Amino acid sequence: MSAVISPNTGVNTALRYLLLVVFALIFVFPILFMVVSSFKPAQQLLRDTASIAAFLPVGDLSFDNYAAAFRRAPVALFIFNSVVITVVTVAGALFICSMAAFSFAFLEFKGKEVVLAVLIATLIVPFETIAIPMLMLVNNLPWIGAGGLQFGWLNTYHVQIVPFLADALTIFLFVQYFRDLPRELIEAARLDGATWFQVYTRVIVPISGPVFATAAILKFLAMYNQYLWPLLVTQSEQYRPVMVGLQYFFQLNIAWGEVMAYLSIITLPVLIFYLVLQRAFISSIASTGIKG
Amino acid sequence: MAGLSLTNIHKSYGKVDVIKGVDLTIEHGEFVVFVGPSGCGKSTLLRMIAGLEDITEGELKIGDRVVNQVQPRDRGVAMVFQSYALYPHMTVYDNVGFGLLLAKTPKPERDAKIMEAARILQMEHLLDRKPAQLSGGQRQRVAIGRAIVRKPDVFLFDEPLSNLDASLRLDMRSEISKLHNSLGATMIYVTHDQVEAMTLADKIVVLNGGVVQQVGSPLELYHKPANLFVAGFIGSPKMNLLPVKVTDLSADTMTLASEALEPITLPRRDGIGQGDSLTLGVRPHQLLKDGTKRIAGKVDLVERLGNETIISAILPSGETVLAALAGDVAIALNDDIALNFDPDEICLFNAEGNAV
Repeated sequence: MSAVISPNTGVNTALRYLLLVVFALIFVFPILFMVVSSFKPAQQLLRDTASIAAFLPVGDLSFDNYAAAFRRAPVALFIFNSVVITVVTVAGALFICSMAAFSFAFLEFKGKEVVLAVLIATLIVPFETIAIPMLMLVNNLPWIGAGGLQFGWLNTYHVQIVPFLADALTIFLFVQYFRDLPRELIEAARLDGATWFQVYTRVIVPISGPVFATAAILKFLAMYNQYLWPLLVTQSEQYRPVMVGLQYFFQLNIAWGEVMAYLSIITLPVLIFYLVLQRAFISSIASTGIKG
Repeated sequence: MAGLSLTNIHKSYGKVDVIKGVDLTIEHGEFVVFVGPSGCGKSTLLRMIAGLEDITEGELKIGDRVVNQVQPRDRGVAMVFQSYALYPHMTVYDNVGFGLLLAKTPKPERDAKIMEAARILQMEHLLDRKPAQLSGGQRQRVAIGRAIVRKPDVFLFDEPLSNLDASLRLDMRSEISKLHNSLGATMIYVTHDQVEAMTLADKIVVLNGGVVQQVGSPLELYHKPANLFVAGFIGSPKMNLLPVKVTDLSADTMTLASEALEPITLPRRDGIGQGDSLTLGVRPHQLLKDGTKRIAGKVDLVERLGNETIISAILPSGETVLAALAGDVAIALNDDIALNFDPDEICLFNAEGNAV
């Protein structure tokens, strides 16, 4: 530590921290409100919104709202569905998109730049505009499952998974990261006798932890928050994810306590997933091994 | 182990020709250095041999096999990169053994080979470390180790020492030279540093603009450069090049002179006519200060290195001449200096820049 500290440094640090705390609170308040409210009876919940008590665990606290939420909707089934759909899609998308990006970044083939440009252009197309054509498409697609060959994918898990296994944003993220990796690493591996697939699995994947973590978080959020598509393609609750499940709580009389309880439950997997990956993200920032 | 032959090798990126027809034979066990200025195509040529760049035209043979279309891993070559290109997530042991692992070499054999390479390169104590924990010189050793364990037919080095500091570069240079002697393998080494080229090579290939300027032993290139480019590129300090005219020509002799040069008479060389303009090349180390005056000028720079004194002098004609004189020479700035040289040692180049 330097022995000489400018008198400003302390004040600056304090100001900086103050600013950070304010921002953190702004982002935390809605979550805090949601969690705290989930333990309050409906009347108290509405009464408290007029004061700071809305953010404080005060008054008549209980798990009644949670119990009621589980009675009202098959919460466990919705969470199970969401976890299955999200985990399978994230895992599949990481594999497929990173492989696609590997080709764009390292392999030479005709039309590469054009294909990549078209792919990136699809980023600006809103999902809502292609939702209906996609619905008509999946309604007629064949699928070989337990019941043999069938046509129409509606009311299944795979209708909520397959269309999202490859997406332009994830591919683009990987392409950008891979292009910054030193080419010599790939060349060294090829001279060492690695096939392209081995270059991918043994050299590129292990040093690409940060981009895998980033892509996983983004994809997880996008999938977990899906609402329109599952609403279109699932008619029975058997395959419905958590966001569509929210409908069960918006009937004639909205039970806000139960809504808050349900929201608190379905936020939990997201937080867990993020915390797990955040650690992976930080620990995987690897040295590139190339002397600068 | 194998030699190489390159026949009419071309490389183009679109309409830009980078390598313009290289013919070269490399014997088994030779240490060949590709040298030339930046952008001369030397690295491209090396990468074509490695299989990292396609060959646009021509034929490349390693041993008796044409390898134009052969994958890098099947060419029997190993390469050491300028940036080392160590796998950052693997330990030194895994870096060195990666090629063996891919080749499905049994573990005991792999261990033995890695330990052997580590012993040769004196890096047994580094095997558990990751590249980030190594110094530049240690990383370079690991990169070389990775090449050695695979027992390739041909070693390729792409400016392997240019990221090292001067003293380490000297050490590694001699180690690479010893390694060549002990392994007896064919080595191709790319550098822009002509001192590295001179000290390491059995054979130097001088490239410029994608064209081979001259192929020969270091001393051949030093004493008999084929053209002005090689004359200027090989040797440090650079060869002095002075314009001269053929003032007299007889059946056996020719006389050269210029404003700066006292007339000298030499045995006649082929292809020279009366009145021809030539370029005379004389190395700074061939210039002597012994009282005889062949060229004379005014000193404008003195560099004292202890064992020799490098003097820059401006001639009356305006050209600058460098002289590397042995020992510590008593001379000061702006002194007049007269220099001598042995006319038999000079090089002569015609108007096209080729040696005559």
